[in-house]
Parts: sequence; structure tokens; C-alpha cells
Amino acid sequence: MTAKPTDDVGQWPLWEVFTQPPGGKPHEHAGSVHAPDAEIALQNARDVYTRRGEAVSLWVVQSTAIVASAPGDDGPFFDPGNDKPYRHPQFYKTPRGVKVF
Amino acid sequence: MTSPPLFELLLRLGDDRLVLGHRNSEWCGHGPILEEDIALTNVSLDLIGQAQLFLDLAGAVEGKGRDADALAYWRDETGFRNLQLVELPPGDFAFTMLRQFLFSAWSHGYLAGLTEAENEDLAGIAAKAAKENRYHLRHAAEWVIRLGDGTEESHGRVEAALAELWPWTAEFFHVDRVDEALAKSCHLPSVETQRADFEKIVNEVFGRARLTAPEGPGRMAGGRRGRHTEHLGHMLAEMQIVARSHPGATW
Repeated sequence: MTAKPTDDVGQWPLWEVFTQPPGGKPHEHAGSVHAPDAEIALQNARDVYTRRGEAVSLWVVQSTAIVASAPGDDGPFFDPGNDKPYRHPQFYKTPRGVKVF
Repeated sequence: MTSPPLFELLLRLGDDRLVLGHRNSEWCGHGPILEEDIALTNVSLDLIGQAQLFLDLAGAVEGKGRDADALAYWRDETGFRNLQLVELPPGDFAFTMLRQFLFSAWSHGYLAGLTEAENEDLAGIAAKAAKENRYHLRHAAEWVIRLGDGTEESHGRVEAALAELWPWTAEFFHVDRVDEALAKSCHLPSVETQRADFEKIVNEVFGRARLTAPEGPGRMAGGRRGRHTEHLGHMLAEMQIVARSHPGATW
């Protein structure tokens, strides 16, 4: 993967860093680094975010490749639907004859 | 010079890393970008950590009560056994990265041999150093490739650094009584093997970096016998001043 070496103000592209903690847990967002290409992004992420044994695996992805929801979406987009109790499993009674663990 | 060969070898291993670590650490706060500043400082800390282990073991082998601090801060220039390559001032980023690459490329095969040493402490320290060196080599090699195969300016800078640094690499392959005495017990690779390992790594990276190793004779360098360039004394003055001004100070 290659990136445009620098942006309009001479800054290297931004990469988002995801680290995987030991024990098979999922990758988590750790932060970001600047780097001219993927290999250097990986090395910079290693130096900035994994030097104290926090990770067993690293992902880097160019920040521009991430599609994000907008802050203004918080109401309609993430409405938890607490007024719609049937969305939660607790709404349903366990039928007789089903063993509850 | 009549000190035991193992003591001399441990001083060489420790001093190379102490001096190069100090030279790289001069970039701390001056790196071209924040991430590289951190990376270079990490490499410095690895090297100084290795130096501490090698020099502590040197002190133990010597048996006169000197530890790594005593050896690092209370020897004068002529007592240091590092290669002259590592004492040169850091120069620009291309010079620093290329020097780290050349040193790591040579260390790769040399440390691999030492991990088989009969002395288990030495073998253990060499294994740790070899592991860290693999990352230093990868990091420095990637930068040499990008500088060499980059812009006109970056290529010119790394080419100039190569012209200056290359003759000093001859000292990697200088064999003396210490190497001969320890070749078997410390499992030191032969000069031919060292050179072949070094050239294999260098040729592959230089090919991708559009660089050509210069022809011509290497420098006659005497770092292993305590003969140094004018630069080491200045570096040691700065490195040792606090320890010597306040002997035994703790905090």
C-alpha cells in the first residue's frame, strides 16, 4: 500500500493504529502516527505504542480509509431504543420446559 | 596490553554499543518527526542497555570490583575499545541511519556466533542483543532504502554519508590476538564468514537503495587498541562530566 508522500503542508499522511493485546482479544484503537508508507507506519506504531509489551499484533490503516459517522448523528443514529423494550432479550419470558442455565 | 582476552572482548562489545547509543541519543528532541525521534531514542536505549550488560560482565570477569558505571564513566579515551566508526559525530539523518545500518548488518552475524559461546552469561546477553539488533537492522535498512531511492536530495545525502562511512567499515574485519584466542570458546565467526554475512545484507539493501559500495582501501583504524579519532574525547567529556563532578552521587 502506498500513500501520497506528503500532504499540502508537507506533513506525512496519518495512519490509525490498532493493537491486539495478548490472549486473543480483539484489536483496539491505540492512536495514530504519521508515516510516508505502510512499512514505516508499522514501525512507527511499534515504537510509539508497543514498546512495553502491550501488543501481540498490530494493524495500521490510513486515516482517510476510515468512514466515520458524524458527531451530529448521535441522536437519530444511536438512539438506544429504550422505549422499545422488545429490542432487548429480557422482554421475552422463557417458555415453560426450557431449561435456564 | 596484557589484559585477558575475554575482558578485552567484553569491553569491545560494550564500548561499541555505549558509544553508538550515546551518538544516536544526541538526536533525542531533534528527530525529523516525533515518531522517528521516539524510534531513534528506543534504539539508543537498547544499545545502552546492551552496553550495561556487557560491561557489567566485563567487570565481573576482571574481578577488580568495577561495574558498568565504573567502566563507562571512569575510563579515559585510551581505555575505550570501540570501533572508530561509532564515535564519529552523528552528522545528518542519512549519516546516522546509514551508520546504524552498517553496524547492525555486521553485528547480525557476529552476535549470532556469540549466542553459542561457552560462557553462558555472554551467550545470554548476545541472544538478547541479537534479538534487538534484528529490529535495529530492519528499521535502519528501510530508511536507507527510502533515502537512497527517494528524492535527489535524500539520495545525495545518503551517498555522501556512504562515501565517508565506508572506509571505516574495514575495522569490522580486523582480527587480532583477542579474536584468535577466543575464536573457539566464544564461537566467533571467521573473518570470511563475517564478511560474507555483511555483504549479503548490504548488497540486498544497497540494490534497493540504488547505492554502490565504494571501491578502495579501508582506513587503518586502531579503536580496538585504544586509538581514537579526535571526536571520542569530546564525546566522553560530555558523557562523563556529571559522574566525575559528583562521585558516588545518588538520586
